[in-house]
Amino acid sequence: MTLKLGVPSKGRLMEKTFDWFATRGVTLRKSGSDREYAGAVDGIDGIELVLLSAGEIPRELDEGRIHLGVTGSDLVREKLSSWDQRVVEVAKMGFGGADLIIAVPQAWIDVDNLDDLDAVAAAFRANHGFRLRIATKYHRLVRNFLRENGVADYQLVDSQGATEGTIRNETAEAVADITSTGETLRANGLKILGDGLIHASQATLFRGRRSNWTKDQREILKALDAKLVR
Amino acid sequence: MIGQANWDRARRYQAAIAERGAVITDADYLQPAETLLDLYGEDIRARAFTTHDPLRGEQMLRPDFTVPIVQQHMAFGAEPARYTYLGKVFRKQEIDEARPSEFVQVGFEIFDGSDVAKADAEVFATFAEILADAPVSPVTGDIGILRAAVMGLKTTERRRAALMRHLWRPRRFKALLDRFGGISPVPAARAALLAEADPMANLPTVLGLRSESEIAMRIEALRDDAAADPISHIERDLLDALLSVRETAPNAMALLGDIAVDLPSISAAVDGMSARLDALSALGVDVEVLPFEAAYGRTSMEYYDGFVFGFAAAADLNIPPVATGGRYDALTTVLGAGKGVPAVGGVIRPDLVAIAEAAR
Repeated sequence: MTLKLGVPSKGRLMEKTFDWFATRGVTLRKSGSDREYAGAVDGIDGIELVLLSAGEIPRELDEGRIHLGVTGSDLVREKLSSWDQRVVEVAKMGFGGADLIIAVPQAWIDVDNLDDLDAVAAAFRANHGFRLRIATKYHRLVRNFLRENGVADYQLVDSQGATEGTIRNETAEAVADITSTGETLRANGLKILGDGLIHASQATLFRGRRSNWTKDQREILKALDAKLVR
Repeated sequence: MIGQANWDRARRYQAAIAERGAVITDADYLQPAETLLDLYGEDIRARAFTTHDPLRGEQMLRPDFTVPIVQQHMAFGAEPARYTYLGKVFRKQEIDEARPSEFVQVGFEIFDGSDVAKADAEVFATFAEILADAPVSPVTGDIGILRAAVMGLKTTERRRAALMRHLWRPRRFKALLDRFGGISPVPAARAALLAEADPMANLPTVLGLRSESEIAMRIEALRDDAAADPISHIERDLLDALLSVRETAPNAMALLGDIAVDLPSISAAVDGMSARLDALSALGVDVEVLPFEAAYGRTSMEYYDGFVFGFAAAADLNIPPVATGGRYDALTTVLGAGKGVPAVGGVIRPDLVAIAEAAR
């Protein structure tokens, strides 16, 4: 029995993942043509490379169809409830960094933190008759964060892309989105709340629960672990 | 899976409630999501199953009966009225897989303002009688006393409203109280903003629905707030003392009486508690040993605004309370489009009573 390793199937995330493993003596490569989603592994026995969309890796890990997977720590937290009981962080990989933050219009000079956001949400609801809208695709992470911080009278509206534009289009009053430099937010007239960092994400190697792993698979993981700890 | 034994148990409980003159009623499984979201906030999405109807939009599998029963009563009922219901409710379990995502509740709701203390007592006494042989212990509280205490603080109306809004979120409540008490420092950005002669002068381009005048109004409010006296440490200590009352009912009454001397705004609510204890006593409840916790119900029961109670099994079983309830006068106003009715009620979970009994 082999161990299946899920890796993002394209782009910088894939390349950086390949580099990260290469410096640890494990060579990952796409087999065949560039368009094929099949892969090969050299430098260690018993590992099978599976190329997948980064967004599908949390679910595949949870359901045991892959045993190890590289994806953003934000995606695991968003897609799996009680994520830390379902998967284990094996290694933070030090790239693919991005922050999930809450941002509001720069013109909201009276709003610097969650305290202010909460007070504004109450006033907004009283003035407009509906709850202040926060556009995001990270529903679980944002909702948990705002509950822990006691923010009320808001609603989440789904936005799968171009989230910064929702405020100008008047479909949201605030956004919760991923940013690495904050450049796009500033260009769109937005600013980040001082205590509005929900999660600092980076590419991370996870493994699934080992409940049904065979002895062989455990041995392979041990061999891999030995290569990663250097 | 809800076994036959638990359905039988549920029917027995409902028969006991119906004997007290409650009319058997029911509610739809699918409830409009909007009503529940407006009431409970976005958190309800983490707890209720949401589905989509092509014509009616977002619907939720009922997470409780209270909201639809109140709506039905406000639309079609007349006081006095008392209802009982029996059926499944549905809750997502995001943390503990061992907890069921559907379970049976049996409920009892009284809409009757003629004698509030008596109605409170009747709901509690009914549950106490149903659970007389179960290994559970009661606890009571009174959100009305907390509300009265906040309402009586010698501070601005805006601060009282902010505290009231977060009465159910102890962490945020404490943070607000520290800020209004001058304990936590004013953030530098806030101080700088208020120091400006005309903060609106160089306003960046306003984006979105929140208008320039709304921003100006909030700055005005922040200015007023900065000029207001801090909530005194005497009042903050009184609130702490109030929130830490955890005694048998008679001892709690004595403590609350002491606090009311310095915080007279709670006097009426404390008198109400006294009347309720008399009514409970008249119904055969031994109030001498009845536990009272002033902070009870503060974290989970957002729509209750008066008497609250629960019956809990042994802590090591790690199960939710087998029965909970309370007074929710304000909820009827929200759902009745401004027309409110004094209302009190509660639910019991037969499956949890069975677990408690099996563990005995």
